[in-house]
Amino acid sequence: MALKIGADAPAFELKNVDGNTVSLESLKDGASALAIVFSCNHCPYVLAWEDRLIQIARDYAGKGVRFALINANDPVKYPADSFPEMQSRARTKSYPFPYLFDETQEVARAYGAERTPEVFLFDASGRLVYHGAPDDNYDDPSAVKKHYLREALDAVLAGGTPPVAETPPVGCTIKWK
Amino acid sequence: MKIEFLYSEDCPSHAPALERLRDLLEQENLQADLRIVRVESDEQAQNLRFPGSPTIRVEGHDIDPEGAATNPVGLSCRVYRTSDGRFTPLPPEDLVLQAIRRAADR
Repeated sequence: MALKIGADAPAFELKNVDGNTVSLESLKDGASALAIVFSCNHCPYVLAWEDRLIQIARDYAGKGVRFALINANDPVKYPADSFPEMQSRARTKSYPFPYLFDETQEVARAYGAERTPEVFLFDASGRLVYHGAPDDNYDDPSAVKKHYLREALDAVLAGGTPPVAETPPVGCTIKWK
Repeated sequence: MKIEFLYSEDCPSHAPALERLRDLLEQENLQADLRIVRVESDEQAQNLRFPGSPTIRVEGHDIDPEGAATNPVGLSCRVYRTSDGRFTPLPPEDLVLQAIRRAADR
């Protein structure tokens, strides 16, 4: 079961595509909000939402919002989700955020993540304030009516509560070992 | 015409994809012998040469044979591309229409 709204972000230390280790603490430190997104390379839902997530990260970076993507998929069954492929993807798309490898899948289990992409947005104190899909339309960016993640970020940055705290995550299942 | 709709339960796009297929058949006033196949194992996926969910075959031909070739055979969600280059988990309307119109013209 996914983290409940109000829960603290479970700690982690994971390898980034640049070879360095990134901890939750380092991501939280000084951040006005932190978006952890469970993701991968191959899923068409991730691909459909990818540019939008990159844009959101860029749009809110100046306001102290940090993002990190985590890939927990089994690279043996899904070679397209291997660490070298993660490095290639991050390079090709010039990811403006860490892209972390959850090799043991323990972090995905700790967060209760089930899908890719699946967004967990934490406020400055590290409490979960939004969980679910980035917006309400994976298929057509021009047809989005509810920008769930943007609206949650705007609310948190204004010291308020997201208008929608939770939506069902939509995407491929995480590929468990 | 014979249409096969193959899907795996793990990919949530199968329901809207099937709805899209049915709507387009109705829009074109076409009747089809529609066979819906739920792919449940890697072995079944290999036997069916299933390039991911959902896959639509009209008269035995994939609606997007080039795209099928870029997707690995297995139980993954299939990646499609729209005519304007976007990635999507849904079979694009124009590809479905092309396939059913081609079959209807034969």
